[in-house]
Amino acid sequence: MTDLLRASAVGFERYGEQVFEPLDIQLSPGMAVVLTGRNGAGKTTLLRLLAGILTPSCGTLEIDAAVAFVGHLPAVKGDLTCRENLQYEQSLGPACQPVAEALARVGLAGLGIRPARALSAGQKKRLGLARLLVRFTPVWLLDEPYASLDDHGCATVDRLISAQLDHGGAVILATHQRQPRIAPERIWQVIVSASGETTE
Amino acid sequence: MKKPVTADRPRALAAPLALLRRDMKLAMRRLGESLLPLFFLFTVIVLIPLGVGPGPDLLARMAPGMVWVAALLASLLALEHLFRPDLDDATLEQWFVGSESAYGRVLARLFSHWLITGLPVIIFSPLAAEMLNLPREALGTLVLSLVIGTPALSLLGGLAAALTLSTRGASVLLSILIFPLIVPLVIFATGAVAMAADGMNPGAHLGFLATFTILAATLAPFGITTALRMNVE
Repeated sequence: MTDLLRASAVGFERYGEQVFEPLDIQLSPGMAVVLTGRNGAGKTTLLRLLAGILTPSCGTLEIDAAVAFVGHLPAVKGDLTCRENLQYEQSLGPACQPVAEALARVGLAGLGIRPARALSAGQKKRLGLARLLVRFTPVWLLDEPYASLDDHGCATVDRLISAQLDHGGAVILATHQRQPRIAPERIWQVIVSASGETTE
Repeated sequence: MKKPVTADRPRALAAPLALLRRDMKLAMRRLGESLLPLFFLFTVIVLIPLGVGPGPDLLARMAPGMVWVAALLASLLALEHLFRPDLDDATLEQWFVGSESAYGRVLARLFSHWLITGLPVIIFSPLAAEMLNLPREALGTLVLSLVIGTPALSLLGGLAAALTLSTRGASVLLSILIFPLIVPLVIFATGAVAMAADGMNPGAHLGFLATFTILAATLAPFGITTALRMNVE
């Protein structure tokens, strides 16, 4: 099976310092990588690196598939309705699930015409996750997908991740509060640690 | 297996077109803000004659400058919101996710800025010119100078906005940055209209104006893309 993403000794420098210890990641279809580490260890930086937003300062990074990134913010426009936000996302292509179905799967059925700004924090998070469903992207990069979600919402995230893995996709997620409850043999743990003592 | 549903539209165009559609939708939703350029144009056209006195010759001489200053202010006013809301709600970050270049989306965003700030001024400039008693033979040149020149306002303004994106109190810096860049634009544009009003051929001035716009269109989007990437990092 070919890898979707290969990172070897990849690292990122900010103000001349390594943010985290360079690490290796190999991602093949049907696999979930769980990044854990203390606050400020560099999990978000690593995810942004893998998403292509940042450019690695050392190591090599090869990505052979389309990636989607959901960060702390849902990256939607508050002035547009949930449906319009997802329609925009869908038109970036390649389209996958219909907008209404995506909304229903994240528990926002019936809220399609509500402006995104009028959603609660948890609902916004769900809308951010719905962005993943309307487009076909083999690699999902999720930054704290369980944050500000209730138990039911967390279970929804687990279901979405399982479905993505079943369909030959892969997921990399950063979390420090809850481990994804999916088949354990599919999970690969990676510990992100902040760079130790500052070198000159 | 989930399969992509859409046919193979040229992928390079999908993201910029989607962004343009969304920007227009957002502009419609904030119609009051989007109509501000027109409000500006007519404020300038109505208030300045009250200040300097309504002599028809005087107004006719000042007309091109006034219309151009209004276009400039309209463009400047919207610059603050060109990229900042997108930076704040993390949608700007999404432009750089994946392997596709953000260049197309930068062009789409600049185009939508021009549609909101430049185009309304162009459309209503004949009315403004008539109100200011601009000689009829210069009207075509005025509109032409706006058509050629206003895209450069969006391009240069976009560059300044992208460079000052993560700076506090950016609006002051933005004005200072953009000012020297647009001076030649205003000189050649108003020069062309003055030539036409005096019955001479404005071709040379318009040519310089076009050169300026082409130069900006070639270089500015690359600079903007790079500056935005630095700001989301």
